Amino acid sequence: MSVIPKPIATDIFGKPVDELHDDNYLTHGKGILSWLLTLDHKRIGLMYMVTVLGAFFLGGVFALLVRTELINPGPMFFSDNMAESNDFYNQSFTLHGAVMVFMFIIPAIPAILGNFVLPIMLGAKDVAFPRLNLLSFYVYLGGGVFFVWILGKGLLNVMFPQLVEVWGGGGLDTGWTFYTPFSTDSTSAVTAAVAGAFILGFSSILTGVNFIASIHMLRPKGMGWFKMPLFLWALYATAVIQILATPVLAITLLLLIAERTLGVGIFDPALGGDPILFQHFFWFYSHPAVYIMIVPAFGVISEVISVFSRKHIFGYAFIACSSLAIAILGFLVWGHHMFTSGQSAMLSAIFSFITMSIAIPSAIKVFNWLATMYKGNIILSTPMIYAIGFIWLFTIGGLTGIFCATLSVDLHIHDTYFIVAHFHYVMVGSTLFAFLAGMHYWWPKMFGKMYSEKWGIIGAVLIFIGFNVTFFIQFIAGTQGMPRRYATYPEQFEIYHQISTLGSYILAIGLFVALGVWVHSLFAGRRAPANPWGANALEWHTTSPPPHANFDTAPPATDPYDFEDWQWNDEVQGYVLDEATHPGEARAQATKHS
Amino acid sequence: MTTIDAHHDHHDPNLAHHFDTPEQQFSSAKLGMWVFLATEILMFGGLFCAYAVYRGTHPEVFLYAHHFLDTFWGAFNTVVLIASSFTMAWGVRAAQLGQRGLLILLLVLTLLGGFGFMIVKTIEYSAKWEHATFVGPINAFYSMDGSFTNEDKLHHALEYGEKKMHKKIGHVAAADAAIGLQDTTAEVMHLEEGDHAVSAREQAEQESQLIAEVESAANDRPAPPEHSDISRPQVAPAGLSELFQDVGGQPEPFVAVAAAQGHAVVTWDMLTDRGKSLVSQFFQIYFMMTGLHGIHVLIGMALIAWILYRALLGQFGPKYYTPVDLVGLYWHLVDLIWIFLFPLLYLIH
Repeated sequence: MSVIPKPIATDIFGKPVDELHDDNYLTHGKGILSWLLTLDHKRIGLMYMVTVLGAFFLGGVFALLVRTELINPGPMFFSDNMAESNDFYNQSFTLHGAVMVFMFIIPAIPAILGNFVLPIMLGAKDVAFPRLNLLSFYVYLGGGVFFVWILGKGLLNVMFPQLVEVWGGGGLDTGWTFYTPFSTDSTSAVTAAVAGAFILGFSSILTGVNFIASIHMLRPKGMGWFKMPLFLWALYATAVIQILATPVLAITLLLLIAERTLGVGIFDPALGGDPILFQHFFWFYSHPAVYIMIVPAFGVISEVISVFSRKHIFGYAFIACSSLAIAILGFLVWGHHMFTSGQSAMLSAIFSFITMSIAIPSAIKVFNWLATMYKGNIILSTPMIYAIGFIWLFTIGGLTGIFCATLSVDLHIHDTYFIVAHFHYVMVGSTLFAFLAGMHYWWPKMFGKMYSEKWGIIGAVLIFIGFNVTFFIQFIAGTQGMPRRYATYPEQFEIYHQISTLGSYILAIGLFVALGVWVHSLFAGRRAPANPWGANALEWHTTSPPPHANFDTAPPATDPYDFEDWQWNDEVQGYVLDEATHPGEARAQATKHS
Repeated sequence: MTTIDAHHDHHDPNLAHHFDTPEQQFSSAKLGMWVFLATEILMFGGLFCAYAVYRGTHPEVFLYAHHFLDTFWGAFNTVVLIASSFTMAWGVRAAQLGQRGLLILLLVLTLLGGFGFMIVKTIEYSAKWEHATFVGPINAFYSMDGSFTNEDKLHHALEYGEKKMHKKIGHVAAADAAIGLQDTTAEVMHLEEGDHAVSAREQAEQESQLIAEVESAANDRPAPPEHSDISRPQVAPAGLSELFQDVGGQPEPFVAVAAAQGHAVVTWDMLTDRGKSLVSQFFQIYFMMTGLHGIHVLIGMALIAWILYRALLGQFGPKYYTPVDLVGLYWHLVDLIWIFLFPLLYLIH
């Protein structure tokens, strides 16, 4: 473009922000302590970002290790010893699953994007309980470091057995589900690992409490429940699930710890206990937990689809209520993980029916997004590419869920790669894509820098291709009978695994491209305007990055999906408001410059 | 807008910068606390669920084993906690009215209530320790794969149980319990010989097993699979699916039969082998529930001590009493959970 954008920060009217007074949250307070002890939700969000991405990297490395191990049958690449190799494999996939679930997917969107955006969307200065927010971060950090330490120790012990004498045993080989009675008998460090997961759960509960109180109490005048951005609806529904489900996981894990340390036999059949009860408890949390992972993703997609279609969201109330419907129904379907456990056929039938009924609110969302795009002025920028990828992958993930919910089909595909592919389509294909969409969408707001659109799109396309190559083939392998969680397999599955492994490498390259885009943007990106996308939720009514208190004066709440007032301004390379028609906000900006 | 100006005017030291008014801040804190209490209820809900499953499948085991608990101390503790809840609620009122001296007195009384509860709990737990009915494998009733691991302690524990039962049911049913005691002594002797007492009751038991088999066969789905890695012959695996099969068809008839036979109580020898092997479960659940509750009492006491300290510094008054209110809510919840635990564990009929 011929116009050279202003290299300085501009406000929502496109006027330059006085650099001397450009007091944004990144520059407000210097030194490491101003970060570590901050109560600012934006900084806490960024601290979450660093740690959660660290966990994602670790989980990703082990995903690649697992895929590399499976490239051909037989023992692991570093060892000829099958037992040692199996041990390493079991611990690797457990670490991958447990770290990805407890430390990446669950906190990714709520803790990073939610923390950053939620109060600004409300026109508030902070979440309701800023100190609790910081505590929640440190609980996450402490629990996470402990968890990774315990799991990682075991893996290093397998590779270097002499290390056991240095730091004792460790590791976890139960999978992320900790099923009894194996988890009560396993010699790996189940007790410590479970304690880590328990602590991580606490962090999740605290974040949920905070978000519920914030959304109830901090909405500005004029923002009724049905005038909130849909991202807030999604975070609210998520917080409700976090509140109601996580305590059940907590007591389950406590009982498992008591089982291993005190010898309480509540889950151990040899002691008169009931292992199926553990599964009921575990899935009572863990099925809603998959909605903790996916519901915030719905919120991100609702924002992005509307903004980049330059069109008001279609069926607002339906999208909002379907989030709540999913949150409620999500509590009534846990038994579909247990069709083969010996639970009564009646129970299975009921669970199967309710599971299928979740397709209704899910489909409502997908159709509303498509209707929003219909006849919209679609802009294929990076967040939109991810969002469209999301719709594609979520549809596949959701429809294959119907296969799994069908009793007769599930007996065949239970514990096969079909299930692996299904939940990766929902968790990675959907939640990760929505997370990346959200990261790219709010990136200019978070850091005040634009990123390279070209490389952003290249990253998105690579991730999309890599993801599908990795996991689509697993549906086929699963229906052919390839069971999950096996370190080796018959020759006939080799081609499926090789294609899948190739895809995982492409996926990894794509993710590194996305990371490179972000890092490049931090150092060399041009200054972001206040509103690069022409969105109208309140976070775009402040400068990029926002000041310490988000706004000097809270802007009036408006329809978050009405983009009419924002006009493209070539000079600032962003959308601006007309000062004359928005006197209230003009006064706010004037206060800032005085 | 205008609210922010108000904020600058007042300089209320207790008002955080992101709230407009103290009322908004108080309501937020209270809402947050209620939501947190919901998580607490759900956490205990898991234990209540486990309790319901085991009591639903084996009501006679709970009827038998609850006699080991000391109803007097349980009731005493209930009174103590309710009284401390009263002083706590009054304390919140005192804080609202700015009655500092009264607030301090009431908080001290509440804290003493907490101490009293924990002391009584210690007395109860030590009795359990002494009579080998403690949590974990040292429990006399602990059984693995259907056989007792601590048979040497069993006799003592059974005698203790009979004594407690005798004490509890009083004179009216004393004769009935005496029959039970004789039977039990005989049973224990047989246990020591490694033999089985053949009695009319065992015949009844075999009959009930037959009924169970017939019912199971009548049910058109297959019987629940045995867990291959556990060798426990003749005993169906515990599970929710077992709910309506194990005790001769339905849970209630067993109790009804016991009553019809003129037994006011379930004694040791009235239990099936399966039931006997599950007595330990009652104690494990008892200790999990009261243990987690006890931890909550300790946390509550720490919180009360903290607001007591702040009350001594004179930090609460009609304008700011949020922490007193929230700790009060927490203390009431702890009390409420005990009010459910007491009848469920101590007063089983």
